[in-house]
Amino acid sequence: MVEMKDVSMVYQSSQTEALYHVNVTINEGEFVFLVGPSGSGKTTITKLLTGEIQPTEGSIIVNGFDMGQLKKNKVPKMRRTIGVVFQDFRLIPHMNVYDNVAFAMRVVGAPEKNIQERVPQMLELVGLEGNEKRFPEEMSGGEQQRIGIARALVNNPRMIIADEPTGNLDPVRSLELMLILEKINNEMGTTILVVTHEKELVNAFSKRVIAIEDGRVISDGMDGYYGYDQ
Amino acid sequence: MSSVTEWMGITAMISKTGYLIREGFRGIFTHKFMSFATVAVIVACLIIMGSLGVVSVNISSLIHNLEQENEVVAFVEENLSEEEARGLEASISGIENVASVEYVTKETAMDNFMKDYDSVLMEGIDSSVFRNRYVVHLNDISKMLETRDALAAIPGIAKVNAHIDYANGFITVRNIVTVISLVLVAVLVLVSFFIMSNTIKLATFSRQDEIAIMRMVGATNGFIRLPFVVEGLVLGIVGALIAFFAQWGLYELVTGKVMETIAGTFVNVVPFKELALPVMLVFLAIGIVIGGFGGVNAIRNYLKV
Repeated sequence: MVEMKDVSMVYQSSQTEALYHVNVTINEGEFVFLVGPSGSGKTTITKLLTGEIQPTEGSIIVNGFDMGQLKKNKVPKMRRTIGVVFQDFRLIPHMNVYDNVAFAMRVVGAPEKNIQERVPQMLELVGLEGNEKRFPEEMSGGEQQRIGIARALVNNPRMIIADEPTGNLDPVRSLELMLILEKINNEMGTTILVVTHEKELVNAFSKRVIAIEDGRVISDGMDGYYGYDQ
Repeated sequence: MSSVTEWMGITAMISKTGYLIREGFRGIFTHKFMSFATVAVIVACLIIMGSLGVVSVNISSLIHNLEQENEVVAFVEENLSEEEARGLEASISGIENVASVEYVTKETAMDNFMKDYDSVLMEGIDSSVFRNRYVVHLNDISKMLETRDALAAIPGIAKVNAHIDYANGFITVRNIVTVISLVLVAVLVLVSFFIMSNTIKLATFSRQDEIAIMRMVGATNGFIRLPFVVEGLVLGIVGALIAFFAQWGLYELVTGKVMETIAGTFVNVVPFKELALPVMLVFLAIGIVIGGFGGVNAIRNYLKV
């Protein structure tokens, strides 16, 4: 659950105003696209939601954590409630598929028994069962991103933030990936926030779309990506 | 809290610690070249440091030996009887800083003199030209002046001969040696710390993604840091051990060569077994400190939230 109230963000170093009085609420279990051209403020929103930066003005609540007041030593605790999927996959090349997923559990100190139980379940969910021993470089982009999803999901987060997850994939693989995210949303009730600028992909699903441009929310509804300029 | 959950907590902690230590060791092997470079740097720095140390220990020991030969002679008043003269020994050895005191009669003094010089010239000389004396060795030659005055103040002591200028020379040499070695050691510790931490930093650079992922899934800074600290510690300890044995070999080789030369006739080298423990401990301590802090320092930049 995300609640952004009157959020403004000015980057001190460059004095750029990245966000301007943004109000957005994402409820538990929603599937939302966050769209907009590059430089519109999408990345700033992701960074605010993951606690990498703090807002200049306004309040942000993510899964019950008040991000503006969040102490540094509480950031790890907050991050365990979200799973992040990156455009460039960010897999660890010298670890096999199993270890890449298990890594996320190991670094939060999960017992090995739970890891052995949970990792195969996640790999099955993303359709990669039987690939445990393979290495990322032997796999296609689509498969690599599915490892990324399994890893984001393995700690059972309440929300997944996918930052341009299909940016490096062809349209067919992109669609497959979206279907996996949709399945996770439907079956596990995980809140999904997909940040993207791919019009066709967004329009292929009838989901809530928040469009942002120049740091302002310019449309928020179920009418598809470029609803506002069509 | 029930004992079951307590037990689960403990096993989770053990598995976590085990994982972190394994990660530290894995880091060493997955980044072989970096590990090799780091160990090489530590070994090189420690050997330079150690060589400096053992050379200065030898110089100190040499100076100490020479100092011991620098004796103070207190002459006894001639009008004192033999018995009275011998009675002074208690007051002399009661003086602070007196290491040993030896009574030498004028006859013995003459015999010694005759041995040192051409006895033919001295023939017929009577022992009465010599005085009964005390030969005094000091604990600390830097306090020679005070000790000389204390000796001279004893009733029955006529005159005290002390080579203050020699003593000062020794003290100056020893001070210079100490200061130079301390400064060089400090510089070397700093240099190896920076090289070490940069080497680990390079290793960390290739693991930026790994660290970013760890942060994103909510690993605490302590957790992220620990494998790097373990890695640094292990490299530090390995470096210290290699440096110790290399130092040993080098020492035996060099002292062996020195003893073969003319210097060997008047120089006593300190045997390595007397130096082994301090060298080992100092190497390990420096290796551990440099390794641990190098590891922490190297990833500091990546741990900003």
